[in-house]
Amino acid sequence: MSAGRDGPILSVRGLRTEFPTTRGRVVAVDGIDLDVMPAECLGVVGESGSGKSVTFLSMLGMVRLPGRVSGEVRFDGRDLLGMGARELRELRGRELAITFQDAQMALNPSLSIGSQILETLAAHGPAGSRRLFGRDPGQVGRAIEMLTRVGIPAAAERLRDYPHQFSGGMRQRAMIAIALVCNPRLLIADEPTSALDVTVQAQVLDLIAKMRRELGMSVVLIAHDLGVVAEHCDRIAVMYAGQIVELGPAEAVIEAPRHPYTQGLIASAPWLSDLTRELRPMPGSVPNLIDMPEGCHFAPRCPFRSDACLRPVAMRTAADGRQVRCIRPEAVA
Amino acid sequence: MSLRTLIERLLQLVPVLLGVTLVAFLMMAFTPGDPVEIMIGNDEHVTPEQIERMRRDLGLHLPLHERYFHYVANAVTGDFGLSFYHRRPVSEVLFERLPATIELAIASLLVALAIAVPAGMIAAVRRGSIFDRVVTTISVAGVAIPNFFLGIVLIMFFAVNLGWLPVSGQTPSGLNIPRVTGFLLVDSLLWGRPDAFVEVLRHLVLPAVTLGTGLSALLMRVTRTSMIETLQQDYVAFAVAKGLSPRRVLFAHALRNALIPLVTVIAIDLGSLLSGSIITETIFSWPGVGRVLIEGVTTRNYPLVQTAVLMFAVIYILANFLADILYVVLNPRIRLK
Ligand SMILES: Nc1ncnc2c1ncn2[C@@H]1O[C@H](COP(=O)(O)OP(=O)(O)OP(=O)(O)O)[C@@H](O)[C@H]1O
Ligand SMILES: [Mg+2]
Repeated sequence: MSAGRDGPILSVRGLRTEFPTTRGRVVAVDGIDLDVMPAECLGVVGESGSGKSVTFLSMLGMVRLPGRVSGEVRFDGRDLLGMGARELRELRGRELAITFQDAQMALNPSLSIGSQILETLAAHGPAGSRRLFGRDPGQVGRAIEMLTRVGIPAAAERLRDYPHQFSGGMRQRAMIAIALVCNPRLLIADEPTSALDVTVQAQVLDLIAKMRRELGMSVVLIAHDLGVVAEHCDRIAVMYAGQIVELGPAEAVIEAPRHPYTQGLIASAPWLSDLTRELRPMPGSVPNLIDMPEGCHFAPRCPFRSDACLRPVAMRTAADGRQVRCIRPEAVA
Repeated sequence: MSLRTLIERLLQLVPVLLGVTLVAFLMMAFTPGDPVEIMIGNDEHVTPEQIERMRRDLGLHLPLHERYFHYVANAVTGDFGLSFYHRRPVSEVLFERLPATIELAIASLLVALAIAVPAGMIAAVRRGSIFDRVVTTISVAGVAIPNFFLGIVLIMFFAVNLGWLPVSGQTPSGLNIPRVTGFLLVDSLLWGRPDAFVEVLRHLVLPAVTLGTGLSALLMRVTRTSMIETLQQDYVAFAVAKGLSPRRVLFAHALRNALIPLVTVIAIDLGSLLSGSIITETIFSWPGVGRVLIEGVTTRNYPLVQTAVLMFAVIYILANFLADILYVVLNPRIRLK
């Protein structure tokens, strides 16, 4: 059942997601190639609208019509895009979990926290435990254990609470508990901190790191800025307008960014230790995804652009294994 | 909801109910026709003295403002006067008829919900499909069909032509169900006569369908809109991502939240259900409050009409009140505020 110990848990090739709209075709995901290794944490960064969420929702088969997804996605060797609805459903939440940006929106306001965590267990539990009335005591115990592990005090008493009775940080923790309750092998954490206060952000990131260690799972950490992922991730993928423009080890990408977009991101970022550094905001804005030009998507904002950038630009791999989508020789030097 | 807001809202009722009785009173007073003359009809043996005595008995000799004052002063003590025609307390006559109206209203609501909720839900899930378009078109037409027209068409077709269902009334003539609760479906069961129950049910079908269809068109569109909006919520996507079955996602996560606006709409629309029941009861000779109200209007039975109108107003207000409470119960977010 496994693709081998050392193979990637998630392997994506040529993923493409389009939305036909009245104003034209939106290509939200434009040819993503990506591997996530077992127990690895991969950071995915990019400005708002660069296609981070759609990329991972596409893999989970959660893009709604009229959206169209193509390409190849293998999870533990199994073809996600080609598998049947039932098989996919059994995978979701059990082996492949996702958390959303805003827990307040992701938790159902009219169901208690307890029933929202227990229904996940019931959906994936053995057939006999799917009880019509009452709860399986083993599952209740598991739910309490999970809530306790994510740091919710007096979890047993809080099973009956509704989401609005939790604070923002606690809701985020509860959502993480729900996602992790079946011991998934991969967690996709979509901007887990952007809806939270600064003080709580670090706690939630530490929690995800702790859970990754304890459960031995892989994590895809999606974030707006490099600061969030720099500390927690092994590798970083930088996305721009539906494409990955740079991919490499976290430290290397942050210390020596090779793609002009990554360089711009770092130069404009207020995070990182160096407070004396002058911030240089990146000129221009994310392009319209409708009828995107064939060439480099970043070219219109790029200080180094040349006529050669008007032709399609493929991902290139440097000798050290880092990948960059840029034609300049120094990008892969 | 605190006791304070409860009391406040009850106090707000006083001016509303006063206004309702005043309007009902004035409308009856200025409608041409005299109750005594209508009662006498063509009887030529009645002397002017007798007529005068009857007018006195009914309190009609008093000036208008005194009559209104008397009515309100007595009503506060629970005395709504005697029905001109029945010669019994109005409240007795009306309460006798109330169960029939409630039975019809509940049955109509059930018919409406049984059509509207599944249709609205499927239309929302298969948005833009042929089913969606057909159902939406029918629902637009459904609102436009007047009750009396639909009622007559149904009678012609199912009762007269096919003979499947009775034309009118609440029971077949000769079947006298001992009165316990006044709700004939209940009483027939208490009586231990399933055949009577079936008969009552058969009489209920056409009026309930007549009254329920119009309402179902509205409820179906509310369900559809609300469901479409709910299906786009993050918590529905999160429920899918957890690996729940489509059925669980649809019913436990989406429908539950989508139905909250429906409760409010039902309560707000109870007014049209009541006014619809007046027409429907008349068409089907359904012995409810609506029909007795129409009879009261034609015989200028002033106290009966005023009190029936008051009763409808109270029911209407209570239903809105109930809607607010239900809204809070269904919406835990508000409950704690
Ligand atoms: N159903 C849809 N129809 C049309 N366009 C869509 C649809 N869903 C997403 N898009 C477009 O796809 C692009 C990528 O959206 P996505 O949500 O993946 O961005 P993101 O990188 O996650 O941004 P954020 O950081 O704000 O979450 C956006 O331009 C968005 O407008
Ligand atoms: Mg996003």
